[in-house]
Amino acid sequence: MTQAATAPTRSTVTSPRQRRRLRRPWWRSRWRSSSDRPFWSALALLVAAFVVLPVLAVVVDGLEATGSVRLPSGLAAMALTTLLLMGGVAVGTLVVGGGLAWLVTVTRFPLRDLFSWMLVLPLAMPAYILGFVFLSTFDEAGPVQGWLRDTVGQGLWLPPVRTLPGAVLVLTMTLFPYVYLMARAAFLEQSPSTYDAARTLGAGRGRALRSVVLPLARPSLAAGLALVMMEVLTDFATVQYFGVETVSVGVYKAWKGSYDFAAASQLSVLVLLFAVAVLTGERLLRGRARYTQRGSRGQGLEPVRLHGVRAAVAVVCCLVALGIGFLLPVVRLAGWAIGEARRSPGELVDPRFSGYLANSLTVAVVVALGCVVVALVLGHAGRMATGPLPHVAAQITTFGYAVPGAVVGIGVLLAFAGLDSLVRGVGVEGGTGLLVTGSVAGILYAYLVRFLAPAYQAIDASLTKVSRTTTLSALSLGAGPRRILWRVHLPLARSGVFVAFVLVLVDAIKELPLVLLLRPFGFSTLAVWVYELASENYWEKAALPALVIVAAAVVPVFLLFRHARLVDPHRPPAAGRGRGPA
Amino acid sequence: MKRVVLTAVCLGLAAATAGCGALDGSSGDEEPADIQVYSARHYDVENAFAAFEEETGLKVEFLFGEDADLLKRLEAEGEQSPADVYMTVDAGNLWAAQQAGVLQPVQSKMLDTAVPRGYRDRGDHWFGLALRARTVVYHPENVDPADFDTENTYAGLADTKWQGRLCMRDSTEAYTQSLVAALIETYGREETEQMVQGWLDNDVDIMSNDILLLEAVDAGTCDVALVNHYYLARELEEKPDMAVDIFWASQDGEGVQMNLSGAGVVATTDNEADAQKLLEWLATDGQGSFIGGNHEYPVNADVRPDSIVAGFGRFDPMPIDAAAYGQRNAEALALLEEVGYE
Repeated sequence: MTQAATAPTRSTVTSPRQRRRLRRPWWRSRWRSSSDRPFWSALALLVAAFVVLPVLAVVVDGLEATGSVRLPSGLAAMALTTLLLMGGVAVGTLVVGGGLAWLVTVTRFPLRDLFSWMLVLPLAMPAYILGFVFLSTFDEAGPVQGWLRDTVGQGLWLPPVRTLPGAVLVLTMTLFPYVYLMARAAFLEQSPSTYDAARTLGAGRGRALRSVVLPLARPSLAAGLALVMMEVLTDFATVQYFGVETVSVGVYKAWKGSYDFAAASQLSVLVLLFAVAVLTGERLLRGRARYTQRGSRGQGLEPVRLHGVRAAVAVVCCLVALGIGFLLPVVRLAGWAIGEARRSPGELVDPRFSGYLANSLTVAVVVALGCVVVALVLGHAGRMATGPLPHVAAQITTFGYAVPGAVVGIGVLLAFAGLDSLVRGVGVEGGTGLLVTGSVAGILYAYLVRFLAPAYQAIDASLTKVSRTTTLSALSLGAGPRRILWRVHLPLARSGVFVAFVLVLVDAIKELPLVLLLRPFGFSTLAVWVYELASENYWEKAALPALVIVAAAVVPVFLLFRHARLVDPHRPPAAGRGRGPA
Repeated sequence: MKRVVLTAVCLGLAAATAGCGALDGSSGDEEPADIQVYSARHYDVENAFAAFEEETGLKVEFLFGEDADLLKRLEAEGEQSPADVYMTVDAGNLWAAQQAGVLQPVQSKMLDTAVPRGYRDRGDHWFGLALRARTVVYHPENVDPADFDTENTYAGLADTKWQGRLCMRDSTEAYTQSLVAALIETYGREETEQMVQGWLDNDVDIMSNDILLLEAVDAGTCDVALVNHYYLARELEEKPDMAVDIFWASQDGEGVQMNLSGAGVVATTDNEADAQKLLEWLATDGQGSFIGGNHEYPVNADVRPDSIVAGFGRFDPMPIDAAAYGQRNAEALALLEEVGYE
């Protein structure tokens, strides 16, 4: 009796949300809260269902075929290798990506503006040419080791390249831009007042970084890291060159080596479990605490100018990062392209080239816009409904990225085959026809399934930093959900939106397995062209189109950085367009 | 912000328009070709199909993809599939396609005489069209070819005299899997396991690309490697002074391990006649243009290989049993995994 009497008094010191919970039984409060705005919850669920469909199709098909689970004997070793690789690359990309983002945000040094956008470019290098380019350059028989031995002496010991550490290094230097981009957006969104307040209160640079900047940037760092982890998890093309047997290599072997699609799909489920672990880890990394900023989007920190040796060190850091993941492969490819041009100058430019380029760009832009819009709606839905439903749905959509590309492609095929027989079953003559592989529709759908994750990660990371009170105030002032999306969430998550667009665009331009599998007759992209040549080892012929893929990614990255003012918030982005005081 | 959104919207509209154009262009602007081929071969088939078109007036269109992917696509598309011919590069893949039931038998006197019995399906579901050999290459200054075991050269590489001198392909590659499958079929599982174990005991350097293997031998970082013959032919065409020589394996024994590329008519085609015509042409008049671009060996005994490959000399091949390649492939993978061959 006495306890019951004290309960209300205790509740007065709790938050308003907890108070609401105390008044209502939890199930009711949950039901109510997600039906606050049922439209948005339903929308999120619908998107999730669409994205999960192909993945489910693969799982069902795999289980149907055998009815039992057969796992390969080397599974434990594969899982361990996968974990080691992921761990190594996680540390590497955090240090390199996060460090560089901090460097270019808070300091000024020569060429900084150039570096700040060029550091994204390693993402443009397609994985299916990276392994060969690296090994043909750095392996024992390659020019680098040959030159070293010639100059230093034959007895020179050099570390073996084709090893797990080698794979960690290469993946780190090509995947760090995910973390870099997210971290950069986060640092730019940070309002300087928090950092300045910490400094004024006597915290040193390091302490301010640790206790103010990093906690605020944590959702973004975690989001970038999650993307890197999923890339590592699904990569087959690169790790295979380094003799690193991850679970994805197991999937490939089971399917293409043993003609055992069932075993392959079961292994894909295992890959998916790893992804679930990654995403759970990401949520934990983001922390239970919510760090949000008050009011408007921050103006960014005031950078400090570096001089002398410090400036030189900064330049060298950027150069090394850019050099390994981008400049070196580009130089190597350019060498091959020039060799090919000398040998057969007439055949250099294929007449179909412009068509392939147009296809690549068209699909990439359409998909990037589509993913950004859907991801924005998902993020918005999560903030409109207070229940967990939209969040869970949104999280599920990111699984498309955690399944090897070829498996997503097969899933799309199977899902549509199922749809076709369903439509026939209902009595429609001819079913759905060749919906997937007869048009570009299948490719677009598969891309959306696969690339929604990077888009959502980027946008959600930005949205989490918008404090809930901002959304609630807008609501209480009478703005409808759509108006809030357009006038509040979109502008506040702007840098996230741009990051999402760039990520998906670059990923989509170089994407291979989905197009290869789902394209209709007569439809080809640059990536397919490069792969056709590279898979048969015509590297010198593949070099030029590969460079064009990279170039095609450079332009949008540059333009969007200018537009989004990711280059330098303290300067007007283009002539004649001044900004208010910073 | 407004400007940015506007730009994005304009970009999107432009892209969508172009996208619709592409969508039309890929399916609607002209009649589909007479023969549509799903092919795991590309580059070289292009010239061959162009020549076929010129001779017969039949238009051929092909879609390149990976063997297993294309097979799964054929299965998923079912009756709707536009494909008339399925073309692939590994005997095991041909077997798998036949097992999956996506190919139909073809009765053709012309094909029966052009393609020897050993290089086509017993039930005539598929026909071999080009041959490749996987054999030994070596650095002429570092290796005396008399050191190779002429009875079973593959097993001979397990000898301790090759300690630290070998380079081979990784186990994800179909070439490695087929080689081991063929060795299991020919010499039995136990003996094959000893061979592979012996290579490993010799600290074989495992690489992921035949070109890298050839470059390693050329640079002298490897003395001996196992590669597909046409990669050497292709490299020699560009760099005639490469320090790599070829040795035909097991000539006093079971012969060199071979694999074949082949094709079959898709079960759901609506154009059997033209599809068959294409196969017949590829096995006879078209052999030269089909194999020439890739330096392969013809299946048709009346056709000569190109000059570089002819310069490699004559050799005895190991017989190809596609069913064995297909069925033993999983066993080969298990063996490789068991002994720890990456």
